[in-house]
Order: sequence, then C-alpha cells, then structure tokens
Amino acid sequence: MQTKETIVCRCEDITLEEIKSLIDQGYRTIDEIKRVIRAGMGPCQGRTCRMLIAQELAKYYGIPVGEVLMPTFRPTVRPVKLGTFAGGE
Amino acid sequence: MQKSANVVIIGGGITGCATAYELAVRGVKDIVVIEKQYLSSGATGRCGAGVRQQWGTETNAILARDSVKRFEGMNEELEYDRDIEFKQGGYLMVSYTQNEWNQYKKNVAIQHSLGIPTKMITPQEAQEIVPHLNINGLIGATFCQSDGHANPFHVVDAYYKAASRLGVKFETYTSVTGITRENGKVTSVQTSKGDIAASIVINACGYAAGTICKMVGFELPLYPQRHQALVTEPVEPCQGPMVISLHHRLYCQQTPHGSFIMGVGDPNEPKDFNINSSWEFLEDVARQATTVLPLLKNLRVVRQWSGLYDMSPDANPILDEVPDAKGMWVAAGFSGHGFMVAPQTAVLLAQKILGQNCFMPIERFGLERFSGGELLLESAVV
Repeated sequence: MQTKETIVCRCEDITLEEIKSLIDQGYRTIDEIKRVIRAGMGPCQGRTCRMLIAQELAKYYGIPVGEVLMPTFRPTVRPVKLGTFAGGE
Repeated sequence: MQKSANVVIIGGGITGCATAYELAVRGVKDIVVIEKQYLSSGATGRCGAGVRQQWGTETNAILARDSVKRFEGMNEELEYDRDIEFKQGGYLMVSYTQNEWNQYKKNVAIQHSLGIPTKMITPQEAQEIVPHLNINGLIGATFCQSDGHANPFHVVDAYYKAASRLGVKFETYTSVTGITRENGKVTSVQTSKGDIAASIVINACGYAAGTICKMVGFELPLYPQRHQALVTEPVEPCQGPMVISLHHRLYCQQTPHGSFIMGVGDPNEPKDFNINSSWEFLEDVARQATTVLPLLKNLRVVRQWSGLYDMSPDANPILDEVPDAKGMWVAAGFSGHGFMVAPQTAVLLAQKILGQNCFMPIERFGLERFSGGELLLESAVV
C-alpha cells in the first residue's frame, strides 16, 4: 500500500505513513497518537480513523483489534452550533 | 522495570515531565517518571491551553511571567521536532461590574510592580482588539499582549523527548500502589510493575496528589473540582486574545489551529472526582459565550470534555516537602493554572531539591501557610 498517499484521518489529513511512524516511535494507543497528531479530533470525531489506527496498532503489537484501548467517546455526536445550545435558534 | 532510582516522579503531566527535564539537565542521573495512563492524560491534556501573567498574587504572577519567557524559546531550548504552538495574542480580561474592576486595578498594580506590561483599556479599545466583543455594560478591560496560548500535548511531548534524550525513563500505564518510609524518610515506591527504591519522590499528580500523600499518612489540603470545556470547528483567524469574563465565569480563545476552546466555571460544582461531560454545561457555556462574543453563535461544537482542577485553599500551588516523609516533595494545588506556570515551577523545585539558589523563595509556596501562616488568596481564577 502507498502509505504516503493513503489518508487515514480525512478531517485532519493524516496519512498512514504518519500513523505508522508514530507507532514505530513508541506511541502505544489511539489516545496518544490523537494528541500528538490530531487524528480523530476533527468534525467526524474519529469515526473513520479510529478503527483504522486500531488495526495498525493491533498488527504492530500482534494483538486482536478488540484489545486495543479505545479513546473516550465524547459528546457531541455530530457538530452543533453554539447558537442552538444557547436557545437562540 | 528497574529496581532503584535516584528520583521517582509520580505523574506524567506537565509538572512531572518538566521537573524530570529540569533535574536531568542539572546533571541528575537515573530519574523515572511513573504515569498511570499516558503522558498528559490527566489535567494537563484537559486544560484550556491558556498562558497568562495577569494574576492577582505576586507568587502566581512571577511564576507565570518567567514561564512566558521559557515558552517563547521552548521549541529551540528543547529541540522539539514539532511546534508547541505558542501564540502571543494576549489575554483580554473584561470587567462588567465595579467590584471586579476595583479588583482588576489592584491586580494590575501588582503586575506592574513585577514588570508585566498589562494595560488598562476602555470598552472601545477592547473592541478594537476583539471586534466581535459585546461592550454593552462593559466598564473596562485589562490587556497583556505577551499572554497567550500553547499546545499542552506538544509541550508535554517536547519535555518528554528532551528528558528522554538526557536518560530519563518514562513508565506509562503504571500505577503507584504504596510508598514506604523508614525513620521519617521515603525509601521506596510500590507500583503495578514492581517496587523502586528511591530517596527522592516527587508527587506531581495534580488532583490525585492527595491520594498519594495519604500513602505516607499525610492529609494534603487539596480538593478536586470538575471543569468542563469544549472545542469548535476551525475557522479563519478572527480572535487574537483569550477573552476572560469572570462575571460570566467564561474563558474563550481561538487556537492557532483555528478552533475555539472555551469553558465556564460552575459555582455549584461539588468537590468530587467526577469527569463526565454534562448536557447542562453545553447550554451554560453557549449562553455565556454568545452573550460576551455574539458572533460565535454560528460556530459548531465538535467535542466537549472535562478535567479536574487540583484546588488548594488559596488557589496558589503547594511546593513543599511532606512533614514526616523526608524526600517526598509535593508539586500540586495549581488550581487550574498549572500548565502555564509549569516551566518555572519545575525550575524552582529542581533548584530546591538540589540545594541550589532558588530564583524566588520557594517557602512562599510552603504548607505552613495553611496552619497559621499567611494565605496567598488568588482572586483571578475562572
């Protein structure tokens, strides 16, 4: 696979190569990778990249994907305007 | 894991990582940092990412002033391969009540005595700095251009990498389960990965510092308090400074990434370790933020989270050796502003532990102030 051209996090434009490089450097969980490179911090909140990164970690450590630590799932489920919460619209 | 170390630091947040670096750079060998989860997983990674010098006590203001100088040169000093994203867009502290304005005047006098270049400005001048600021009812504002923002994840990462190059070991996903003393001195730390003998132990656990102190039978006067925050979608740069309105309990800034980070303090928040996100917070912060900065009503929220302030009784840090547990040092009680003062907190602690000249009297942050001494009483906490 062309790791340089394969986008893993579409919101933040993060490639597979960047993810693999962080895993090689010792960043061990989705949470750690997210905090350094912003994968999963965009408007979709990791819907696509979370499981792709989990697969890479599982491969690297030789463990089932189910054993990869998941980050906290945080509100909001989809982006909502501040004005909506303020009751103005 | 290794069986002994010269120094064990408990807590892989900004205070622990920066202290590890400052000790290592002063020649200390064999330092281990123990972190329960991953680096910056606690209060550091959940903070509002602000860096300000506009404080109401000399102690907080000196630590913050000197830390700003460190943030300015941090990418180079720590030879960081990314960017700590230090942006000096200023802090604009807006005042809507006369009481608050009187307090701000006193705070600015303290800041000026320390050489912090805060300006007192009119509502119109404040609006020139932040065009979308609502100045209805605004009495005035204080502004300091050299305040700003830094990325907490990257600052921790920078200290971690610099400390690692100096030989510091980091043990993540490792819990501390006990601390052993002999003859009033700390001798070892028990962890989920085995025991480490050490005569110097630094408790940099933020809101969990009390739990660690209890392991040597000491009650730290500190309590956890949840604070919630949110971040929006990124937009073009349109707000230079962090805007703080204590009257609205609000802080709100645009990061270099383009997103807005904001939070409100809840006066009814119980003393508790709860870090769940609440629906009520979203409504509260949205109302306050769109009152002070109406334009923001069109911004979409992408994520909310919460973290814990490690509140000390006077909202100033506690930097001291634990009585009856010599060799165990506490660096906690930062009360919501530990990130911005960490570079110099770490220097002060390292200087004290190594018996070097301290750049300011560390005794001012001592535990004695809670047992009859003079409290430092900080007024400017959101």
